[in-house]
Amino acid sequence: MAYKIKSAECTVCGACEAECPNIAISLKKGTYVIDPAKCTECKGHFDSPQCAAVCPADCCVPA
Amino acid sequence: MMGNVVSLDSIFGLGELAPPAVMPAAPEAASGCSSSSCGSSDGPADMDPAVWEKVKNHPCYSEEAHHYFARMHVAVAPACNIQCNYCNRKYDCSNESRPGVVSEKLTPDQALKKILAVAQEIPQLSVIGIAGPGDSLAAAGKNTFATFEMLQKKAPDLKLCLSTNGLALPDHVDTIAQYNIDHVTITINMVDPEVGARIYPWIFYKHKRWTGLDAAKILHEQQMLGLEMLTSRGILVKVNSVMIPGVNDEHLLEVNKAVKSCGAFLHNIMPLISDPAHGTYFGLNGQRGPTAQELKLVQDACEGGAKLMRHCRQCRADAVGLLGEDRGEEFTADKIEAMGFVEYDDEARRSYRDHVEAERAGRHASKAAAQADVRDSVGAGVDPILIAVATKGGERINEHFGHAKEFQIYEVGPDGAKFVGHRRVDQYCEGGSGDIDTLDGVLAAINDCTAVFVAKIGGCPSKSLADAGIEPVDRFAFDYIEESALAYFKDYAERLGQGVVQSRAGQDAVIRTGALTARRA
Repeated sequence: MAYKIKSAECTVCGACEAECPNIAISLKKGTYVIDPAKCTECKGHFDSPQCAAVCPADCCVPA
Repeated sequence: MMGNVVSLDSIFGLGELAPPAVMPAAPEAASGCSSSSCGSSDGPADMDPAVWEKVKNHPCYSEEAHHYFARMHVAVAPACNIQCNYCNRKYDCSNESRPGVVSEKLTPDQALKKILAVAQEIPQLSVIGIAGPGDSLAAAGKNTFATFEMLQKKAPDLKLCLSTNGLALPDHVDTIAQYNIDHVTITINMVDPEVGARIYPWIFYKHKRWTGLDAAKILHEQQMLGLEMLTSRGILVKVNSVMIPGVNDEHLLEVNKAVKSCGAFLHNIMPLISDPAHGTYFGLNGQRGPTAQELKLVQDACEGGAKLMRHCRQCRADAVGLLGEDRGEEFTADKIEAMGFVEYDDEARRSYRDHVEAERAGRHASKAAAQADVRDSVGAGVDPILIAVATKGGERINEHFGHAKEFQIYEVGPDGAKFVGHRRVDQYCEGGSGDIDTLDGVLAAINDCTAVFVAKIGGCPSKSLADAGIEPVDRFAFDYIEESALAYFKDYAERLGQGVVQSRAGQDAVIRTGALTARRA
C-alpha cells in the first residue's frame, strides 16, 4: 500500500518531504511525488502516515 | 531615477539642501534631563545602549532604522508545521503584499547568490531574514541554517534574523545562537489555549497532528519556552501578534504582559488581513480585520508593557528593500541567474552606514530641542493630533502627495512627536494627472489626521483635503519629519486657542492591507 499526492491541491510547501521516514517523497517537475515502491504508509515507523498528517492542504491520500 | 528607495545621492544631496527645521540652538534645553534625552546623542534615551547597538540598523527592530535601512527576506523555508486560520500560501500574486506569499522558492545556494547581488545594488541593506513562506524552523530548519552558514562566511556585515511560529523553537535555540542570529521574531497570538483553538485548527508535533485545545496548549508551551530560552541567551526577541477582532483583540493585553515578563524586547500587533480573495479560513468565513482606530486603541492600551512596534508593513516572505516597498521584481531568479559571478564588496554599505551614523548624532539633539520647545510653550490641555506624512525615507518630508504609496502617521502632542503607523494608499497621481476615485481612498485612509505633510501637492487635491478638514502642508518640504511636526503642533495649538481651527478627535480611518507594488520609476 502507498500514498499519493493530489498535485492539483498541493501547495509545494515541502513539509511532507522532510517528515517521510522512507525518503519516498521528492520534487519532480515542480511538484512533489511519492514513490509507491518506497512508501509503506509509515507502518513500523509511526501511528499514521506522516505526509498526510503534516500536509497543510490535506492532499496526501491513499493511492 | 529615484524610486522608493532613498538612493545615496538623494540622501547626501538632501542633507546639504535642507538643514533640520529646528536647529539645536539651545543646548541647555536639549540636555535638560527631563523626560527624554539625558544629553546623550548616541542613542534614544529609552533604550539600553547595548540593545541600541544591536537594533540601530535593523529596520524591523528599530523604528528609526526603518527610515534608513533595508531588509531582505529569502524564501528558503516553504514547509510549515502548523495551520493558522489567517494564512493561505497557495496563491501568489506579485501585487499582493502579505506574509506567506512568495513568487519563487529558493534553494540555499540560490538564496546566497541573490543576497550578494542585492547587497551590491542596495547599500542600505543591513538585514537578511528568513520568514517563510512556511515556518523557518519546520523541516528541522535545514534550509534556514544552511543559508545562514554560507552567509556568515561570505557577508559577515549583514545581520541575520528569522521568524517562527515557535512550535519547533526550543529544539533550535542552540543552533540559532551558534550562527550569531541575534534577532528572532515569534508569532504569539494567545497565551490562553481557549483563544488559540479558534486561531489554529491543527499543529504537527512529535510525529502527530494535534487539534483543538491540545494543539493550542502545546503551541503555547513551546512558544513561551522558546521565548525564555532565547532571551536568557541575550538574543533579542520581537513578538508578532495578529489582531483578530472578537477572537483575541482584548486578549492581546494579556499577551503583551506575558511576553514582556518573559523578556520580549518588542511587541508588534498587526491587523488581521482577511480579504476573501486570499482564500484563508478567516477570509472565507467573514472574519473582519480591525479598523485603524481599533488597532491603535489596543496598541495604546499595551503602552507601558513590552515596547510596541508601529511600523510593520506585513511584508511578503520574499520582500526586498526598505520597509513599505518591494523591489523583489528586480531580482527574480532568471535575472540573478543571468548575472554570472557576483562580486562581494561591502564598501558602499560601509560608507552608507557611516553617513547615517553622522546624521544621527545631530538628529537626536535637534529632536530633543524641538520637543522641549513645544513642552514649554504648549499647555498640557491640548490633545495630541495625528499627522500624515509623505516620505520616501531618511526621516524627511520628501515625497509628492500624488506619488505617495503610503502615508506615515505621526502622533504629535505636548509630550512630543512619535511614529504611530502607516496607511497604504493607491497612488493618486499616475503619469501626471490625478484620479478622483483614488483621492477618495486616500481621504478615507488618513481621515483621522489633522494635517498631511508633503513635499509638493497640486491645487485640486489640496482643495479636496481642505474641504474634508485635513490641512495640506507643504511649507516643511524636505525638512525632518519630527521637528516639522512639533513646529506645526506649536502653531496648531495657538490657532486652536484662538478658535481658528477645530479638533478632529474621534475620526476613524480605513486600514488597507491589500496590494503594494513599488517599482522604481
